[in-house]
This record gives sequence, structure tokens and C-alpha cells, in this order.
Amino acid sequence: MKRTSAAAALGSLLAAAPALAQPMSYLQTFGPAAHPATVLGWGLGAISLLVMAIIAILVLAATFRPRPRVDPRQLAVTRDAGGTAWIYVGVGLTLATLIGCMVWTMVALAAVVHPPVAPKIAIEVHGNQWWWGVRYRDEDPSRMFTTANEIHVPVGEPVRVEVSSSDVIHSFWVPQLAGKTDVIPGQTNITWLQADRPGTYRGQCGEFCGAQHAGMAIYVIADAPAQFAAWRNAQVEPAPPPTSTAARQGYGVFVARCGACHTIRGTNAGGLIGPDLTHLMSRHTIAAGLLANNPGNLAGWIANAQALKPGSRMPSIPLSGPELGAVVAYLTTLH
Amino acid sequence: MADAAFPPQALPVGSKGRHASGWWGMIALIVTEGALFAYLIFSYFYIASQAHDVWPPGGRPHFWIAVPGTIILIVGSFTARYAERGIERGNKGRMLAGMGVTLVLGIVFLLLQGVEWRDKPFTFTSSAYSSLYFTVTGFHMLHVFIGLLIIIMLMIWTAFDYFGARRHAAASIGAMYWHFVTVVWIAVFCTFYIAPYLG
Amino acid sequence: MASTGAFRVPIIARESDSSPIADRLDRTWRTPAGILGWLISVDHKSIGKRYLVTAFLFLIMGGIEAAVMRAQLIRPNQTLLSPEAYNQLFTMHGVTMIFLYAMPVLSGFSNYIWPLMLGSRDMAFPRLNAFSYWTFLFAGCFLYASFIVGRAPDAGWFNYVPYTSREYDPGINIDDYALGMILLGVSGTVGAINFIVTLFRTRAPGMSINRVPMMVWGTLTASVGNLFAIPAVSLAFFLLWLDRQFGTHFYDVTGGGQPLLWQHLFWMFGHPWVYAIVLPAMGIVSDALPVFCRRPLVGYTAVALATITTMILGFGVWVHHMFATGLPPLSLSFFSAASMVIVIPSAVAVFAWIATIWTGRPVFTTAFLFFAGFIFVFVVGGVSGFMTAAVPLDWQLTDTYFVVAHIHYVLIGINVFPVVGGIYYWFPKMTGKLLNETLGRWNFWLMFAGFNIGFFPMHIAGLLGMPRRIYTYPDGLGWNTVNLITSLGAYLFAIGVLLFVINVFRSAKFGRVAGPNPWDAPTLEWSTPSPPPPYNFAVIPTIGSRYPLWEDRLEHGPSDSYVDQGYLLNRGRETVGTTALDAEPDVVLEMPGDTSAPLILAIALVALICAALFHAWWGVGVATAVTFVAAVAWLWPEARLGQTKEIARG
Repeated sequence: MKRTSAAAALGSLLAAAPALAQPMSYLQTFGPAAHPATVLGWGLGAISLLVMAIIAILVLAATFRPRPRVDPRQLAVTRDAGGTAWIYVGVGLTLATLIGCMVWTMVALAAVVHPPVAPKIAIEVHGNQWWWGVRYRDEDPSRMFTTANEIHVPVGEPVRVEVSSSDVIHSFWVPQLAGKTDVIPGQTNITWLQADRPGTYRGQCGEFCGAQHAGMAIYVIADAPAQFAAWRNAQVEPAPPPTSTAARQGYGVFVARCGACHTIRGTNAGGLIGPDLTHLMSRHTIAAGLLANNPGNLAGWIANAQALKPGSRMPSIPLSGPELGAVVAYLTTLH
Repeated sequence: MADAAFPPQALPVGSKGRHASGWWGMIALIVTEGALFAYLIFSYFYIASQAHDVWPPGGRPHFWIAVPGTIILIVGSFTARYAERGIERGNKGRMLAGMGVTLVLGIVFLLLQGVEWRDKPFTFTSSAYSSLYFTVTGFHMLHVFIGLLIIIMLMIWTAFDYFGARRHAAASIGAMYWHFVTVVWIAVFCTFYIAPYLG
Repeated sequence: MASTGAFRVPIIARESDSSPIADRLDRTWRTPAGILGWLISVDHKSIGKRYLVTAFLFLIMGGIEAAVMRAQLIRPNQTLLSPEAYNQLFTMHGVTMIFLYAMPVLSGFSNYIWPLMLGSRDMAFPRLNAFSYWTFLFAGCFLYASFIVGRAPDAGWFNYVPYTSREYDPGINIDDYALGMILLGVSGTVGAINFIVTLFRTRAPGMSINRVPMMVWGTLTASVGNLFAIPAVSLAFFLLWLDRQFGTHFYDVTGGGQPLLWQHLFWMFGHPWVYAIVLPAMGIVSDALPVFCRRPLVGYTAVALATITTMILGFGVWVHHMFATGLPPLSLSFFSAASMVIVIPSAVAVFAWIATIWTGRPVFTTAFLFFAGFIFVFVVGGVSGFMTAAVPLDWQLTDTYFVVAHIHYVLIGINVFPVVGGIYYWFPKMTGKLLNETLGRWNFWLMFAGFNIGFFPMHIAGLLGMPRRIYTYPDGLGWNTVNLITSLGAYLFAIGVLLFVINVFRSAKFGRVAGPNPWDAPTLEWSTPSPPPPYNFAVIPTIGSRYPLWEDRLEHGPSDSYVDQGYLLNRGRETVGTTALDAEPDVVLEMPGDTSAPLILAIALVALICAALFHAWWGVGVATAVTFVAAVAWLWPEARLGQTKEIARG
């Protein structure tokens, strides 16, 4: 189909120009929630560049077109008249272009506002200062689970996303999959996304929400259906009890020092202020996309969150060396 | 040496009746203050439209004070007009009488509003509705109060013979402000008292 | 002269600025020298210059804030600024540029030029004029005082709730913003009232409404718009202040309030405001560009109607700032379409300017360069706006650097460029000296190049997904190069602005002397000496066409303008008031002398908001009482003024 081959051509053009194929760039998008708007964007962008060029040429031509030399005091005309044809022609062309673009815009809007088929997967996304809570719904309530900062979706299937905020206004935005939807306290906004290609898609909060607005990223990972099902089944399970000595000690420290804010299902830690950590190690990043998820960064984050993400709600926790090691040992068991 | 387009003519000196600069200034002020009340009323209807529970919370407000208050303000506008026509004819007594009645009626209106405020089952901070109720009626009462100050000054200036048949633009300007205050009240009344019955 | 009570037949005389009559006018109108005179002056020229200087000082401060931000963003992961410091800077940069520079600078031009263009001796309300300046200055100082205690507003210039509620932003920052904006709203409102009444009352006889210069149309339109728009933001801030001080629930979800109410109120103001800060500047271009094309503006009527249309449509598009908030698609479609329709009147103006250059004969002064360059940046800003008007595309573009690029192209492009060009044009009239043209060329090219190098890449940063209002960004997202280029371009632009400031200071002292009309321009202000005497016109001109000083070279209607003979009006401070549309002489207006009432009233108001900021309610009461007394003193009728009855028109 013409549109697909044009998109493919565009895709390979972008892939060949690494400066443009970037993780947050929406010059190229990968799902039907974004695609019609992306094509619209290229079209309106091309029209805009053309208009800029035409106007620049007209201004230059008007300024430098040859004229006979005369006394500067002399006026260029003898009557307050003439030249209005420019306005009629210019405005006429502008109007025709605008009408066409308006129609195209309405068509694109209709195409992205609803998914093509009713989504079978629904997730709730909660905006907090400065992290994302994610809750997967299910007909079977025992299969619902909560995670944070990372969403998994099956490739090629639409997913309904219901966004709301616990505190201030944020905006849920994964540019390569869909446009922004504001996350507003007191109301639930409904959007959808769909990834047609497996991979990792980065998003970021799109509405200023305070000190760490810059540090509020989110990842959407599109898996093949079998992998997605496996991931989902694993997320439903509670955390396994710690087995090694260090992990058991770390578990004790965790419940005492961290359980007031964080939940690990299957343990005594049930705090709801910070992200759910039940399957922490299944996530690629921590601190809402700020740091790669590895033991070193975990230790650094616990000990000195305020240095890494100043102003965040995670305090720097003063633990002794052995305690910190034990907690990290425990956390790294949470796959 | 006369200009062909405008032959020499006698021009009035100073503010000229309804074409005084101050008249235009007051019109502009009424436009902008009217816009302020329009935005207040918009806020009421917006919040009402998004409300999940019954609206207004606590039930519809009663008419026993608001209707007499409305009538009082409307009568006060008529007496202000009476006063204005009086001074246009140089009748100082009529001006003082008419403005005096308007002043008294305005004070009664404020007292009635105070009673209604006192008897409300909610406070300023009970809910969005209550915050809006006190703020909108409060803004209106502030405008009434300023109107009363204007009327007092006009009465003082009339008593000291600053105004007469030759010069009375200020009285018309002040009366226009008072009519504005009355019209705003009618809009507020329709919003808070009538609209809840319209579903 | 005949005088029957309160009527008079005013003398018609021939003008001469060096006659004893002119001397007497000078003594009547001249403000006393020294600091006291400066404080009590109601002379529109003095007030206009103050507005211009103060606005430029705020421009410099906003520019410094931007320069520091660009130093933070020049590379990823920089730690020059903490998040809180960055947030205060980006907020105050917006507040300063949009409220303390963009509108006041245009008020400065209009205040200075309008009476000279309209053939009047002052604005309709000279004391109100002084008051609008003082309240602007004090509101600006009040806003900036927050920096001294490190508590400047820090939630963005549009200040969304709930982040700006007491719960999430507990300091005094937002209270300072709210109260300062309410005072600034008073300044803007009274300024708007002054312009409107002046336009309809104090034009020279014969200057019918279709003969007024385009800058007058622009400022008039903006002023009417402001009357309707400013109350929305004053109310929004007042309700926020109540929520923060007393726990009301306008915006607070727990009490049934609505966060989006803030956005609706703010943008119902905000969108008309951005037209109010460009339409007068577009009017400056419409008046000055034709002078340097040696012909009248093409399509005067179309451009005037386009100005009005833009302002009216500007009230119908505010939701395009809220496209991502979850509103129903039908409502989004309406506002999207309206946001595209509003391009049309702008297109009228653009093609009128191009046609004026094409059918004219350009004179390559610095002013011309700014106006020609302005047309290009106007269109760039216009097309990026057109792109954001398309709702599904805006869902990607909004809150990214694409919008930052758009707003700077429209604000720097459509406000700053015409303002600087306008200074090159009117500086000789205001000071009697010409700005240096060589320095001017450097000024223009550095500003033009620096601006485009700095801000064009922001479109690309936005398309690459860089959100707004982030104090830093990670490596590896492809944003490094565009940010580097933008920062360097911004610094180049700053050097251009510095050259402009240098040119102004040097030329004020050493510039070539300009006569009354160095550009051979057609409008009335160019018939006065440079700088004009305090009384503007020794006799009030009579106007017969749109271009009085070109009547010897342009075919025009049956009437001629008389610039050097007209009403003398020298019995005290007087000017003529005319009818609204046809400008027939209507009344002799007695203008107030210099007085301290405006300054005192402004001081009382800023004291009021200072007391409110600190919850010193007794202080609020005292300040309110002083306000009332000062207002009564101001409005006290003068015993000697005559009054008239309406006389039947024969």
C-alpha cells in the first residue's frame, strides 16, 4: 500500500540519518495511535517549510528587484492605491491551503482518538512526583498487580491506558507510540497505545510538575505475545522469601526502614508512598528512568538519592555499609 | 484664515454632558468590571458542570432575602435616575433626595446580604460552591460599597454647589456606575438562585 | 474672543514655535525641572520614555535569566543550577518578558507617539497615564523583590494548579506572583482605558477614523482586548491566593474544585494577551515600513480590519493551550479549526507588507532591515503555530521545545524586531539625534543571525522529543548538538542586543542632529520639532487625509491638511476634543497639570499588596483608606471648570 511504502522509505531515511532517529523523536513512530499524526506532521512541516521559502523569496525579490534610480525624496507612487492584488491572491492561496489542512487534521484526529478494536488489556497509570505507578487490571482480581516506571505490552495489540494523578498535573507521553495525555488529579483521562514493532520505547512526563519534572521518565517495552504472557504471569506472583543469610538480614532492614513507603507483595512491607518493588529486578532502570538497574546503582540510590535526584521524595537513607550491602542483596533477589 | 472644513464655532469648555471624557472612562470601567463578573459566573457554571454530587451541595438557596434585595437595588436605580434628572435641571434638592434614598437602599441591601451570609449553613472553606458563593456575592458587595462611597461624595459635592444645571457630568457618571451594580446583581441572582431550578 | 459663560470660540492662529505665544505655551505645559518635577509629571512624552527605558531594563534582566539557563543547558547533565534555581529562572524569564517587557514597551511607544500622531496635546487622562506607569514599575519591583529572598515564582509563567497550591509550593513565591500580577493588571487596565478614550476623544479635527495611523489601530484593538481579557487572569490569581491563604476550594479537588478552572481562566486571558502584545508592534511596522518604501501602506482598510479580526478571533482559541487535557474531541475540533482560521488576518498583513515593498522603492536604513527581516520571522512563527493548531500533532508538539521555538519566533519576531526598528525610526523624534547607521547594520545582522541560529534548532529539539522546563537532560537522547547550537546562537543574539544598547547611548550624546523629519515621513508627529516642545503643537492641526505631510505629492480627496494653522487653545492647558468617528470639533478639554496624586495612589496600592503578602491585615486596611482618600483628592471637581448643556446641532 502506498502509505506503508512511504512510511518504510521514511523509516529507512531516518535510520540512515542517526541524528534524527533518536529515542524520544517522533519523526518516526511505531504504532497506529501515533502514525496518522506523524504523517500529518511531516505534511504540515513540509508545507511550512515551503511557505517560509516562498515568503523569504518574495521579500528578497520585492526588496532587490531592479528599479530606476530616482531622487530619494520622490515617492514611489502618486496615489494611495495599488498592490491590493497581492492581498487577494496571497490570502486566497492561504485559505485554500488552510482548508485542506483542516480537513486532513480532522481525519487524523478521528484516526487516533480511538483504537481500531476494543483493547483487551487495560492498565492504570498514576502520576506522582516524580515517578509513575502502573497497575494492570484483569477480570480476575487476583491477577491484578502493581509495578512502577515500566510498562510491558504485547506487540500489535492495542492497550487501554487510564491516567490519573495522586498529586499535581503530569502528562503521560511515549512519543514513538502516542501523543500526550495530561494526568490530572480528580479526573481519569483515557488514552491508548499500540506498538507494532518489538522494542523499548522511552517516555517522559510532559507537564511541568516540580523540582524533578526533568527526571520522570517511563519505559514501554513491547514483547512478542508469548514473552508478554510470561512476563505478566511472573508479575502476578508475590515476591519469593529470601534464602541466603545476607538476603534475610537485608529483608529485615528493608521492612524496618523502607516498608513504610514501599510495598513488596508477600512480605510485611506495605507502604504506598513510593513505587511497588515486588519485581524490582525485572525492570531495566530505577528512579524513573534515571539510572540503570544494577547493584551499584541500587546502593548509590538508597544511600544518596538526594545527590542523584535532588528534591525527589526518596530521602538519602543513612545505613551502615553492611546494612546497605544486605538490603541490596535482598533486593537483587526480587526478579 | 479660517479652515474651510470647520468654520469658527462656539465650543463648550470642559466636560460636556454625556460626552465627557469621564463618561467614556466609566463605560470602559464597566466593560472591564463586567468582564470580571462574567468570569466569576463562568467559574460557577464550570465547577457546577464538573460536579459529581448533587449541586448545589446543601440544596438550592432560598429566595426570602435575595428577592427583596433585588427589588431594593432596582428601586435604588430608579431613584438614582430621579436624582440625576434633578441635577440636570439644577434641582439640588431633588438630587440630594434621590441620591439619599439610593444610599439608604444600598445600605439596606448590604445589611440584608450580611444576614444571608450569617445564616448560611456553610462557611467560606466548606466546598467549592461555598467558596464561590461568598466570593461572587462578596465581590458584588464590594462594588456596592464603592458605589455608596461614590454616592456620598456626589451628595457632598452637590451640597457644596459644585454641580448644577451647567455642570453635572459626575452625577450621570456615578449613576451609570450604580445601574451597573444593579445589573450585575441581577446576573448574580439568576446564577445562584434561578439557575439551580433550570436543571 | 467671544465667550458666553462656558462657551468659547477658540482662536485660530498660524503656528510658530519661536513666537511669544509659543513661549507662553511652553511655560504652561513645561514640567518643573528636577526630581520633583519628574515624580509629578503627567506629560505623555516623559511617561512614554519612562515606559520604554523601564521595559528595556526588564528585557535585559529577562535576557540575563535566559543566558544563565542556556549556560546550564549547553551540555547534558550540567550542575550549574539546582532544579529550584532553574525553575525560578525559567519562570521569571517568562514573567519578565511577557508582562514586564512586551506590553510596557508598546505602551511606551503609544504613550509617546499617539498624541503627536493624532494632533493632540496629551492623552485623554494624563494623570491616569502617570498612574499606569507607577503601578507597572511598582508591580515589577514587587515581583523582583522575591529574588532578593530567593523565593521568586517557580512554577512557570502559567503557574498551573495543583502544583501552585500551598500543599505543593508552600513558600511565598506564588503569593508574590499572584499579588504582583493583580497590581500589574490594574496598570494594564487603566492604560487600556486611557488609550481607548484618547482615540475616541482627542484626535485633531478632520482625522476621521479611517485616517488614523495603523499603530493607533493596533494599540486601540489591543486595549479593547485587554479590557475583556485582563480580569480573567486577575481573577484566576485572586482565587488562587484565596485557596492558598484561607483554604477555599476553587481549584482544590478535595472540596469539589477543578484544577482545569485555572487553565481555562488563565488562557482565556493568556491567548488574547499574546495578540495584545503583537498587534501594536505590527502597527508600528505598518506605519514605518511604508516610509522606507516611499509609498503608503498597501491595503490600509484590509489591514485595519485584519487587526480587529485577529483580536476578536483571539478570544475564541484559548483551548488550544489545553488540547492534551482530556476534553471531548468535538470541542477540540472547533478550537483547532478556529486556531487555523486566525492565520487568515495575519496573512492579510503579511501580503500587505510584501506588496508595499514590491510596489514601493526600498530605502536601506537599519529600520528597513528590521522590518523586512521581521516579515520572515513573523511567517516562521506563524507556520509553527499553524502546526500546533492541528490537534493530533499538537499532542506530540505541546510542551516540547517546538513550542518554545514557536513562542520565541512570535514574541521576539513580532514584538522585539518591530520595537527595535521602531526605535531606529522614532529615536530622532524623541531625542533630536539619529542612531548610527553603521552600528545599526551590525546590530541588525547580529540580532537576526543570532536569533535564527539560536531558535531555529529549537524546532528540531522539540521534534526530537525534548520537553520544556527541564533543568537538565541525559546524554544519549540526541539533544546535545541542538542545545549547543542554540546556546551559542543565543549569545550571538545577546551581543546584537548589546550593540543596540551601545548605539542608543552613544547616539544620544554624539549622534547626528536630526531635523523635524529626517525620513520624509507623512504622519503628523514629523511636523513637530525633534524633540517636540512640551505642548506638542503650537496650534492644533486640521487633517484632510491619511498622509498629511505627503499631500503635496499624493493625490488625495478634496480637503487639505493644515499643519501650521489651527486652534490656538492657550488659556491654560487645553486641547480640543472631537467626535468619535468623524473627528468634528466637539469641546475644549481642560487638561490637568502635574500632580503627585497618581504616585501617591500607586504607592498606596503597592503598600496594600505588601501588607496582604505578609498577612498584615491592619496594613491592608490603612492602605485601603489611603487609596480612597487619594482617589477622592484626585477626582475632586475643580470649581472653575465650566459646564454646558447639550446644544442642538444646527
